[in-house]
Formats: sequence, structure tokens, C-alpha cells
Amino acid sequence: MAKVAFRGTPKQERELRKFIKKHKDQPGAMMPVLQEAQGIYGYLPREVQEIIAQEMNVPLSQVFGVATFYSQFTLTPKGEHTVSVCLGTACYVKGADKILAAIEDRLGIKAGECTPDGFFSIDSCRCLGACGLAPVMTVDGEVYGKCTPESAVKIIDSYYEEV
Amino acid sequence: MKKMINLKINNIPVTVPEGTTVLQAAKSVNIEIPSLCYLKDINCIGACRVCVVEIKGRRGLTAACTYPVEEGLEVLTNTATVRASRKTTIELILSTHHKKCLSCVRGNHCELQKLAYDYGIDEDHFKDDEPKYEIDDSTPYVVRDNNKCIQCLRCVSTCNNVQGIGAIGQIRRGFDVRVGSPFDQGLDTTTCVGCGQCIVSCPVGALYEKSNIDEVWDAIADPKKQVVFFTAPSIAATLGECFDMPPGTHVEDKMVQAIRMLDDVKVFNMNVTADLTILEEANELISRITSNKVDKPPLPMFTSCCPGWIKFMEHYYPEMLPNLSTCKSPQGMFGALLKSYYCQKNHIDPKDLYVVSVIPCTAKKFEVSRPELSTRGIPDVDVAITTRELSRMIKGAGISFKDLKGEEFDDPFAIASGAGKIFGATGGVMEAALRTAANILDGTNEKIDFMDVRGIPGIKEATYRINGAEVDVCVASGLANARKVVEMVKSGEKKYLFIEIMACPGGCINGGGQPVQSDSVRNYVDLKSLRSQVLYDADKGNDLRCSHESPVVQKLYDEFLEKPGKAKAHSLLHTTYTARGMM
Amino acid sequence: MTMTYEKLMQIKEKNRELVMVRRLVASKAEEMAKHTAYRKQILVCGGTGCTSSGSHKVADALESEIKEKGLTDVLIVKTGCFGLCALGPVVIVYPEGAFYSQTTPEGAKRIIDEHIIKGSICKDLLYPETVHEDGEILPLSQTNFYAKQMRIALRNCGVIDPENIEEYIALDGYAALHKVLTSMTQDQVIDVMLASGLRGRGGAGFPTGRKWAFCKATKSDIKYVCCNADEGDPGAFMDRSILEGDPHAVLEAMAIAGYTIGASQGYVYVRAEYPIAVERLKIAIKQAREYGLLGKDIFGTGFNFDIEIRLGGAGAFVCGEETALMTSIEGKRGEPRPRPPFPAVEGLFKKPTVLNNVETYANVAQIIRKGAEWYSSIGTETSKGTKVFALGGKITNVGLVEVPMGTTLREIIEEIGGGIPNGKKFKAAQTGGPSGGCIPSVHIDTPIDYESLQRIGSMMGSGGLIIMDEDTCMVDIAKFYLEFTCEESCGKCSPCRIGTKRLLHMLDDITKGTATMEELDKIEELAAHMKVSCLCALGQTASNPVVSTLRYFREEYVEHIVDKRCAAKKCKDLLHYVIDPEKCKGCTLCSRNCPVGAISGKVKEPHHIDKNVCIKCGLCKQNCKFGAVYMD
Repeated sequence: MAKVAFRGTPKQERELRKFIKKHKDQPGAMMPVLQEAQGIYGYLPREVQEIIAQEMNVPLSQVFGVATFYSQFTLTPKGEHTVSVCLGTACYVKGADKILAAIEDRLGIKAGECTPDGFFSIDSCRCLGACGLAPVMTVDGEVYGKCTPESAVKIIDSYYEEV
Repeated sequence: MKKMINLKINNIPVTVPEGTTVLQAAKSVNIEIPSLCYLKDINCIGACRVCVVEIKGRRGLTAACTYPVEEGLEVLTNTATVRASRKTTIELILSTHHKKCLSCVRGNHCELQKLAYDYGIDEDHFKDDEPKYEIDDSTPYVVRDNNKCIQCLRCVSTCNNVQGIGAIGQIRRGFDVRVGSPFDQGLDTTTCVGCGQCIVSCPVGALYEKSNIDEVWDAIADPKKQVVFFTAPSIAATLGECFDMPPGTHVEDKMVQAIRMLDDVKVFNMNVTADLTILEEANELISRITSNKVDKPPLPMFTSCCPGWIKFMEHYYPEMLPNLSTCKSPQGMFGALLKSYYCQKNHIDPKDLYVVSVIPCTAKKFEVSRPELSTRGIPDVDVAITTRELSRMIKGAGISFKDLKGEEFDDPFAIASGAGKIFGATGGVMEAALRTAANILDGTNEKIDFMDVRGIPGIKEATYRINGAEVDVCVASGLANARKVVEMVKSGEKKYLFIEIMACPGGCINGGGQPVQSDSVRNYVDLKSLRSQVLYDADKGNDLRCSHESPVVQKLYDEFLEKPGKAKAHSLLHTTYTARGMM
Repeated sequence: MTMTYEKLMQIKEKNRELVMVRRLVASKAEEMAKHTAYRKQILVCGGTGCTSSGSHKVADALESEIKEKGLTDVLIVKTGCFGLCALGPVVIVYPEGAFYSQTTPEGAKRIIDEHIIKGSICKDLLYPETVHEDGEILPLSQTNFYAKQMRIALRNCGVIDPENIEEYIALDGYAALHKVLTSMTQDQVIDVMLASGLRGRGGAGFPTGRKWAFCKATKSDIKYVCCNADEGDPGAFMDRSILEGDPHAVLEAMAIAGYTIGASQGYVYVRAEYPIAVERLKIAIKQAREYGLLGKDIFGTGFNFDIEIRLGGAGAFVCGEETALMTSIEGKRGEPRPRPPFPAVEGLFKKPTVLNNVETYANVAQIIRKGAEWYSSIGTETSKGTKVFALGGKITNVGLVEVPMGTTLREIIEEIGGGIPNGKKFKAAQTGGPSGGCIPSVHIDTPIDYESLQRIGSMMGSGGLIIMDEDTCMVDIAKFYLEFTCEESCGKCSPCRIGTKRLLHMLDDITKGTATMEELDKIEELAAHMKVSCLCALGQTASNPVVSTLRYFREEYVEHIVDKRCAAKKCKDLLHYVIDPEKCKGCTLCSRNCPVGAISGKVKEPHHIDKNVCIKCGLCKQNCKFGAVYMD
């Protein structure tokens, strides 16, 4: 995978360092810090994790170990829009795999990847708790329920039309 | 006095102190519960599930390595369920292990292979995966082959907890979990100091030193090259283990003969430059204490023999580099002497002299590549090979090591003091220095044994009265301990004058290049004490106990080096350091 | 402020009538409404299910319509989940209790114009089941979905505004905490919990009272109370709904637990995927602090207790395991640790810790207020009280249900759940998520309690209840769960890390038709191995979905292996393109387009596909103008 150049700003760095300084002494601060960092930068590239390791006074390997354990953390930037297909049991029983396949097909990428133009990335997730609407997908947090492969593709296309 | 706990293991009554684990308790009645991830004092996480046992009243099987004994506990270590479970677990592990056993450095002393044999494993029981990881050979000293890694995490715990470095850690999770450097980049992008402790804690062949054996054989075969070896003090205390001799066997004379038999090469004694180090270092320390210069180098002074420690300081405490003695390590000094003094004396062009150091250490492989330790582009030491590599060369040459009668080192670097010998154990450099300091400052030759700085504890402190003044010294081994000492010095909490640091716990006798002993030895035998005892015994049996008394060293100063710390000695035997940053 | 009993009672009285309007039958509610400032109350579900189907737009439409029409005596309340998620967005108007389902912003406008202003209920917008043949409106409680339910943990969900602590107090909120702090010893609380028979609702069913007693018995200056809101079972949303609908019930119970064991700090470990729940929790904690119900010197008793939220989980199912959860709160990789030491002795930050799940906590305050006897009178011999299930899959009434322990699966599926849609047949119910098993139709009359479910090879689990019909392939389902656990295994212990992968491989081979019968033995052997050898419950139970489907649907496995056939037509590799001779006109289009020449047949005669040659490219199906090509 091609590495995307890091484009963090001094303002982002100040914000992160400030947050860490404020929280580093509270027990178990690593997760909140990583979550905040991802909130600031959108993802956790090496440069950001190095800041965290330095400020928290722990080895980089430890930061990296935690960051790669939880799938909420991403090391690569997301697309402008993120579609996430729920693969929880209720959705799966109702054909969520077909929804995901249709979207992957439409965008030409696999789950976890981002389109080359940086417009869309696909994720899968485990149960949004909207089982009543299964199968479910979200785009940028907006929930679309009772999807079919066809309707899912239409939803994706609608984001391209907006441009 | 700890409370004693009574339990039964396989119906045998056992009484052990509270806090003992079931695994340890079983050993006390001669039942050795097999394990993979457990390593005494290093790793106790209950992850591999090989050490499972049945405990009455408890559902399922329990890992014996983490379960503390309880009053009335009834443990069964050898039931059908237990054996079947161990067998399946080992089969599962084997299905992810790249079974290149025929060419593996761990050969027939692999812990996994032993278990596979003991449990009558079908190695093809589960379908295998193709090897999927790239081998990390980015550093000049250690190679990681994750296709063989079994996720015991002994290396991770060693690096993080024992050494406090954390160059490696776990990456991702589940089946994709692996051990490696951040961002899966090479180990050379980290603050790894090259101590090699990860290698000696690995149960399989996933970690090994980057071998220089082929280069040595090539040099030996090259008619233009004159090959000389010199061996570090601790090699003689451990090499025998590679030939199935019990830990704690002194094999110096056999070692010398075996190396010479490789192809009539010269074999020198590195203890000579250990003695030299003492004179230079003692001189440096005294000048630091007595100097009136405004910009005099600071105190306390730290020893500089250990290359892992040096790299540690360069990464983590660049502001403290002036506190390091400027003395080269004994390896560095030896190389410099060979390529100057020895070459001049014997009319050899330095580029035709091929210098092989045999060291207990992987960090020394990094040290030989330092530009400061070369002269006009020619490295002072051409290659550094570990105890393990030397043993493989000896085996490859078909030498019956155990049967050798033994020979002595070659002149002019044969004779050294007992002080030089104990360099290989934690506290040894300090003790050697104290002997000489007592002589220089007090004019006495009676203070020989400084017992307070001996022994295996990670941090040792002592106060001695020398020249009418109280001298506070400190000895630490293991880098996590070293860090504690440096922090105490930085904060002003402790005021030492002189501090000895060795990166490996217990010192060079337990170095990352030493013979790998399996868990069934390390969990039950105090390897560090056995090995260091060899050095202390040899010291005691040596008529020559102090470095400054060594005739070889005296001759070196007379003929070549002039005076400790002065012109020639300084340019040849002292060095500089480089701040390296964190990544 | 410092909360006192008097202040608490004042708040209760001030709000009680307003809230009670929503709990009484219409006639009494109307009477009660007269004592309040509001003629009508419109409750809009603000749970994740309804929010996902656009309830916020409905709420906005209602608000703006009210503003436009200048209605000052109408209150709009955003509540938590009503339970009937499939019918969202749900709106209820009180005091009538009119239940509008699948409401749109346009519908909202009509509700205001016709119902609220003109007084005529929009019957066509109501949930059909609540409209009687004669046009009478049935109270919600009498619909099939609600009639068999008993709401204890979900008592306030869909009734109160979860963002208003006063509404919680109006329904006796924080009275239990007051009672405990002012009139009960720690041991008395433990006795009540023990006597109530409450068992952990997270899955394992350990008696809550015993857990608290162990932790209380450990001496330590610092102890912790944790709440497991890391609902990882894919297809379960009980805990989320409680946090969204009644967050104070959890906070109050944690404070009670804190008092009982001697802790002053609590942590709620909640999934980052639950933004609404997190938001409501934040608000609830803030309000509780403002009202002096969290913080220092609660009720002037000297008892200090505060709660912090930790976002976790997020794709790490293993963090639902108690020791892994604590490791995660500590900011490390969420790997489980061996026990002993047990959390009650050495838990979070190495201090004694009590950890319970959300639903367990949701029962606590009521047990304290109403007594252990009341609680233990509900349920079965060994399983007391109620259990919340997230009913999903192939079932008509997808949603959240709470039933007394001992209710049979049949009652839940057929009566509450409204049966299987599309006239399909029930095949199996899955409980316990990735750790549980599939229950076949022969066991549909099993009363649901911890022991019964275990006996038939499943488990209570946290409450996911997925219904499967005849179109479900059980091998595929087992594979689905194994894929899940394999991905979610932390990788620490070898039997789980490698075992799940090997099981998955073998299942994969079966669904591809490349396995032999020998694989079945190996699966059983490996499953049994993992059950006894893995470090934590994730690994120990990971094989349950395979074992239970093998137990009840072995013939399906055999069919896949021997006949290379998947009757449910789910396993693609076992399906083949077939030409229906009835529909085939012999136009030859398919055979001409087949890239491998697998199709034979004469012009104007039915064609045939040689499945040994076919590469399943699907061109024939695409090209056929008569729909004669299908997969079998």
C-alpha cells in the first residue's frame, strides 16, 4: 500500500500534546489519548504515534501494539466518505454479505481500503445495534436500513452525484 | 518466614512456601511440567497452554505456571486429558511453525522440537500455513524469522521488562498477531541496543544472531590473510555448554586449542585488554576527581566496556554521554592494538591481518561497525562472533572438543590478571578497578576481594574507604536496572563516584551471544551464578590478581603506549560517542 | 448541591404526575394529565434503532409544527427504546397512549394537526395491532408483543426522558441508593442481593451477591466498580438500549455496589460504536454530579463515589471478558489474564474490583426498593427475575423483549415475536452469540434459564436471540461465528489463536466441498480441546456454534461433505448452474457464449450444463432471456 504523506499541522500537534499533558497522569490514559489523536488527525500514522510515545514516556512499540489491537484505530487515512456495512448476526442472516460485495464491486476496493481518489473507504463493522432494520449500512454515520445490494449501490452513487 | 502450603501433586504430598506456583511445586517432587511461554523471572503469562494440569474442583484445565498453590489443592499433571490437550496444543503450534528444522540454528535443542518428540506429535495433523512473514535482518546483529515464532512473548517481556527498551512488541491481534518493531519496520528503526537477550530467551529458532561464520572461514582460507582470534573472559566459562558439558565448566585451555585447530590461527586473550581498560579507566577516574579544569568531564563516571549500554546511553541519555568513560571497550582496545602495535612488531600490513573477536554478545557485532573503531577505513576488529558461532565452527571442523587436552594463549597477549577475568560477570569491572584504585591511591596490594559488588542482584551499592575518603560506587546489570540508576543519578537522589553497568542481567556470562539454555534448565538452575563462579574461581586460582601487576600490560606501556591516558594511549584506547535520538 | 431525602422527594413529587401519565391506562392518565402543565405528551423514541430510521427528523417536524401552531401545552419527550425496533420511528401520544409506527415527518405534521389540535387520532398511522376491529384503540400493553413481557430492567425505557434526571427520580430513582446509604450495612446489601437470586446477565450467570461479597471481603484502600457495557455479541443490543433509555439506573446501581464493596470510583466501559448511549451516559453522569448523587458526601453520609466513562471495545469482542476489559481500561492491549488472582482480589489497576454488566445493574435498585422476595418470586428455581433478549433474524417483530426466566422459546418466537415471516418454517434459534449454540425446533419448548440452555448445548449469553428459518445453512452459520471469533481472538493463548483458525479452515473446506468425513472427527476433537485448554471464555466457548450445529444438524454437514450439496443454497461453491428444461427454448445463446464449452444441446431442445466443466462464470444465466438458468 502506498504511504500517504503525513500532513499534520502544528496546530493539531499542539492540541494533541496539550490533551496528553492534561491526561497522562490519570490511570489508563492510553486509550483516551489514542482516541483523541485519531479524532484530531483522522488516523494514527507513525508521526502521531511517536508524539504519543514521547509525551506518555512509553516505547513506541507499546503505542503501536495498542493501536493495532483495537480495530477502532486506523493507521491509514479514511476516504472523504466512509461506508460501513454491518456484519452482525442479524444483518448477516439477512444477506449483509451480499451488500458488502455489491459495494466492493461498485467501488472497486475491498473492505478496509480507500478508493485511489480518496473519496470513499469501505469498512465492515460488528452490529450497530440497529438489528430491527437489518441489513444495515452507514455512510459517514448516517444509517441506511433494510438495504438490498441494488439500493446500497444507489446510495453510494448518490454521494458521487452530490459532487 | 513465608507460610507453608500443603498440597498434593499426582497424589504425592508437597509442602512449599505460599506464592509458589503449581509448576514450581511439581518440580520439588521431580515432576517437570512442560512449558513454552513460561521463563523464570522473565515471563509468566499462561499463554501457551502447554503446562496445563487438572486441578480438582476446577472446570477445564489450568495453566500450572500461573496458578499459585493453595492449601489442600489436588493437582494431576499426567492424566489422559492433560496429555491429549498438550499434544493437540503442540500440534496446533506446529501448524503455524515453519518447520525448517534441518537447517535451524536451534537444531536439536529446540524446545518445541523436544516437546514434539516427547508427546509423539503428528506434525501434519493440522494443515499448515505458508510462511508469510519477511525475515527481519535489518541490523548487523540479530535476525528475526517470524515464520518460526510461536508467540510465547519471552522476547517481548525480556525487551520490555528486563531491559526496559521495548524495541519490539506485539502487533495486531488474533491469528495475525506477531512480534515485531513498530509499523513492521526493521529493528534498525528502533532503539534496540543489540543486547541479544531476546535471542537467549527464544524457545525456538525465531531469533538468532546474524552469523559471520562464513566470513571467518573465507578469511581462514585466504592465503593473503593472517587470522587472529581473541576471546572475551566469559567465553571460557560457557563454551563447554555447547558441547553438552554442565553449566559452570571452565574450558579455557580446550577453547584455545580448539580455535588453534581451526587452521593454525593465533589465539589471544582478551583479558589483557580488560587489564588495560582498568589502568586507563582508573587513570581517567582519578583525573576526573582531581582535575581543576572548569570544563572537566563530570562525575559520576560510568564504565564503557559494554556496547549495549553505550548504545542505550546514546539513544536515551545523550546529555549524559560525558559521564561515560572514554575508554574503548576491551574489544575495541584489542583491535586497535592488533592493527597497530602487533602489525608493526610483526611487519604485517594491517589490511592483511584479519581480526576475529569471540564475544558473549551480539551488541559487539554492532560495535565493530562503529566508524570510531576503525583506522583509515580498516576496521580494528574485522568480525565479532558469538560463543554459539564459535561452537558451530569447532563442530564444523570436526574437533572433539571434550577430548582436547588444552593449550595456552599465544604471546604476546597470553597472560592476564584475575581482575581481567572477572570482567565477564556483573561487578567484575568494578572489583578489578577497586583493586587497582586501592593500589594507586593507598599503595596497598592487600585489598583484593570486594564481596559487596559480587553476586547476581540487579543493582548493588557499596561504600569503600580509599585514600581516606568514602567512595560510593554502584553496579547494575540489566538495562531496566541501569535506567533506574541513571535516573537516580540525574535526580540527585544518589551521589556515586563510579558506576559499572552491564546491559545483560548478570553481565557477559549471561550475554546475548552465549549458549542458549532451554527453559527446563533456566527455570530451575541459577545459570548466572554457575557461570560467574567459573570466573571468580579462575581469579582466585590466578597468582596475578590485579591489572596493574600484569607484565603484559606493563610491557605494552613501556614499548608502545607510554603512559595511561597520555598521547598514544589516549588516541588508541579512547573513543567518542554519538547521540542517536529515539527512532 | 448536597442531596437530601427531602429534596429527592420534592423532585419526585414535582415530576411524578407528568411521568405517571405515561404509565397509566388512558382513562386514569387523562385525569392525571389535568394536574400537569401539559395536555398532551408526545414521546418519540430516540434509541439507535429509531434514530437510524429517522426519528430525529420526526421529532424535528413535531417540534417545528408545535412552534408554528403556538401549542404551549404539548410536551415532546425523546425517550429510549420502546422495543419494537422494526416499527420505527415510533411515536406515542399520551394520555391516550396512541402508538404510531413507522412515522414520517409528514405523518408527524398530521399527528399535530389532526390528533393534537383536532383531537382525532390518525388511525391509519397507528401500529395496526393496536387498532381493534371496531376502531377502539388497544393499549400497547395488550398487544401480543408486550402482553407476555415483564419489564424490570427495561422499566423506564421508552417511558422517561433519559436526559432528564428528574424524570428518573419521579419513578423512585435514587431512592434505593438513599435507602442503602442511610439504613443498610454493607452486609445487609449483600444479603439482599444473595436472597434475590440475581445472577450476572453478561452470560456466565455468576450470582451477583457472591461477587460483591468476595470483593467486600478483600482488604484494600482502593477498590473499583466497573460496568461492562462492551456489548460485543453481534446481534445484541440490550445493554445499549438500557444505557440509552435509562442510564441513571446503571449509575445508581454502581453507586450501590460501590458502597457495598467499599469503592469510591467506578468506570463504565462502553463501546465506541454506541454514540447515543455514550452521550446519554455523559449527560446522566453530569446531572447526577450536579444533583449530588455522584461525587463527594452523597446524601450527607460521607460516602464518595464517582464514575468515569471509558470508550473501548470497538471491534475487540474479547474486551467483554472481565479480565480483558480491565486490561483494556488500563490502557493496554485487551488481553485476558489468568485467574487467580480473581478480579475481586486483584482486578483493575491491581485493586479489588467488581464488574457487572449493564442489565445486571439495571435490576439492582429495584431489588433494593422492592425487596429480594419480590424479585426471587419471578423466574425459575435457579434463575430468578427476567431476561432481556434482542430478538432478531427471521422474525416478524424484531426488537427488544424482556420476559420472566422460564418463558419458553416458543412463547417468545410465536407470541411475542409474531412468528417467522414469509410463511417460512422455523429452523433454529441462536442464543449466546459467538459463545452460544443453535437450538433446533425439537427444543422450542425449553424454558429459558441458565441451566436449561446449557443442557441443550447453548447458553444464556448476554441476550442475543437470532431466529433462523429454513433458508439458513447451519454449516454456514457455524462458519460465520467462527470467522467472528477467529477475528476477535486476542491471540494470546495458542489453542484459541490457532484453534479458531484451524476450525475455520475445516469448516471452509466443508462449505467448499473439499472436506472428508475425517474432518468432522477432527473438528470435534479440536472443539473439545479448546473447551478445556483455552485461557478465557472466548476460546473455551468459541467452538460452541460448531458443536451445537453438529449435534443437531449433523446430516447437513454430511450432506455438504458426501453429497457436495447445500440444501439452503447458501454455500456458493456447492451450487451449480442448471438449466430448467421446462423453460429452456433451445435458443443456443448460452452454449454459444459459454467460454469453456460446458453447455450442450440441440437447437430448439433443452440444453444441459456439464457441471464438471462449468467454471461458474454466470454468463449463461446473464444471457438467458427465458430465465431458464438457475443455481442449485
